[in-house]
Amino acid sequence: MAVTSAGRLRKNRGAAPLQALLWRWPWVRPALLLIPPLAWFVLVYLTSLVLLLVTAFWTIDTFTTQIVQVWNLDNFRIILTEPAYRLIIGRTVGIAALVTLTDAVLAFPFAYYMAKVASRRTQTVLFAAVLLPLWASYLARVYAWILILNHSGLLNWSLQSIGLPPANIGYTNTAMWLVFSYIWLPFMIIPTYAALERVPDSLLEAAADLGARRWRAVLDVVLPLAMPGVVAGSIFTFSLTLGDYITPILVGGAGSSFIGNVVYSNIGIANNVPFAAALAMVPVAIMTVYLLGAKRLGAFEAL
Amino acid sequence: MRKSYGHVVAVAGVDLTVEEGEFFTLLGPSGSGKTTLLRLIAGFERPDAGRIELGGRDVTSVPPHLRETNTVFQDYALFPHMTVGDNIGYGLRVKGVARGERSKRIERALRMVRLVGLDRRRPSQLSGGQRQRVALARAVVNEPEVLLLDEPLGALDLKLRQEMQLELKRIQKEVGITFVYVTHDQEEALTMSDRVAVMSNGRIEQIGLPVDVYERPATEFVAGFIGISNLLTRDGIRFVIRPEKLHMLLEGDTAERGMTVEPGVLEQVIYVGQSTRYNVRLDRGEHLVAVRQNTEAADESHELEGRRIRLAWASDHTYVLDQPQPPDGEPATADNSKER
Repeated sequence: MAVTSAGRLRKNRGAAPLQALLWRWPWVRPALLLIPPLAWFVLVYLTSLVLLLVTAFWTIDTFTTQIVQVWNLDNFRIILTEPAYRLIIGRTVGIAALVTLTDAVLAFPFAYYMAKVASRRTQTVLFAAVLLPLWASYLARVYAWILILNHSGLLNWSLQSIGLPPANIGYTNTAMWLVFSYIWLPFMIIPTYAALERVPDSLLEAAADLGARRWRAVLDVVLPLAMPGVVAGSIFTFSLTLGDYITPILVGGAGSSFIGNVVYSNIGIANNVPFAAALAMVPVAIMTVYLLGAKRLGAFEAL
Repeated sequence: MRKSYGHVVAVAGVDLTVEEGEFFTLLGPSGSGKTTLLRLIAGFERPDAGRIELGGRDVTSVPPHLRETNTVFQDYALFPHMTVGDNIGYGLRVKGVARGERSKRIERALRMVRLVGLDRRRPSQLSGGQRQRVALARAVVNEPEVLLLDEPLGALDLKLRQEMQLELKRIQKEVGITFVYVTHDQEEALTMSDRVAVMSNGRIEQIGLPVDVYERPATEFVAGFIGISNLLTRDGIRFVIRPEKLHMLLEGDTAERGMTVEPGVLEQVIYVGQSTRYNVRLDRGEHLVAVRQNTEAADESHELEGRRIRLAWASDHTYVLDQPQPPDGEPATADNSKER
């Protein structure tokens, strides 16, 4: 009886071979799903990255500015030995780190309030307030900061009107630090909030029950559990600052070039693509180290 | 004491005294206010009106971290990033107990809950029963005046639950701490408690010894909530009779002297292992349940379905429900009160 019913089943199903195939090889379905994005990723992204890496080992003829396809490490040697480049790399990494730290310090109490204190309604309003700036153009927001930090801008006008001396922080590293911290703050708040949201309230109650004041409970219990979220946010703030070259142009002063600015000028003005490629490998290398560190701190489980 | 959330009254006028060293259980269905009452005692909720006293001291406005109470949470609320030892020692660490003294007390607590050697594990590496023990040790190690337990065995399977019931009772005797235990499981309440308060709709329906609330329920609610109850009205008197007190008589059987006998139909026979349930419809209309222990192999049961039988009971096994029952079954006793 089992045999006949199985036979009937097979006859009734037109698409049976394909169905059977999909059932027998469960990896076929996800493979079909992944082939288009993977193909795009490999062809467009990985290929260009590999090309970049290869180009970095070439050089150019200084007279003709033609690329000379001779393998050498000159570009990297210059980057590592020339003080000017070391200064630029140091500045880029330093400001990226400072921005990350600033955003973490600003985001944690805000995200804590959103996740643990605010009512549902307030939560929604705050969420919108955090995300709303991302709808406005990046350029418009940076220009708004120029209007604030200018010599005759809103900041100095306010300082003067209450009788204080003007603070000339427009077109300095301080200005870049302020603007970057402002622009990337939402990218720190959201993952921190998500991590805090996942910490059960009962853990806070348990800590209080065992005699811990609120700040102690936050320090001992909430912060360690939300740390992966903070680290996840820091990946965004750090890498976004590291790769930026527009804010340094707009609000940075004369001596405030980032790695990105040098890459840009080597492609556009100097037409030294191999050197630009070598310099572009620096943030890639830094981010690789950073991501490996973040992985050890469990940031990817928090995303 | 009163507590409400918006228009929802969670605890409506509860007046309750728990004796020192007592195993006291708040028993009730979900939504009866028993957990809210526990959270009021712990200090996680503030009462709208009323007072909470602990050992004679008014703690109504004392925040939870300064109260001499500790809680075993329903979901255990163990700190996932700390080891078992650090979890248990957290309360001592916060209070500034020195490291040496701390590890001695952690060790003692681990022995008490029989988890010696597991102090380096993380909570995620433990079974449900072990986590439950860690939660218990973490609370008891602080030697609170009152230990509050919020359905601590709810997540365990039956076998483990029964084991832990005995274990909890043993530990309570060992440490001599007052336990206030919240559960919706009547068997659990009857097994472990010195006294039981049955709650419904934010009120206490009855407080008494386990045997009181089972054998002499004060209200219809208590009778219905604890065990299976048969409610009958005869000659204008409402009374309760427990299923195991009903005798089932087949044709030819005779009732013992002095018993009340009523005829009916045996509608259903349900075999539940150690006993068999008989659902009977009396000729006067009520449905009653009788239970018989299967002291001998019960195999004829199903053939009895549909047969006419008689039920007999002794009047001193019935318990009359006084219609207008005062909310407290037992008068609140003693002056050496711990909570009110």
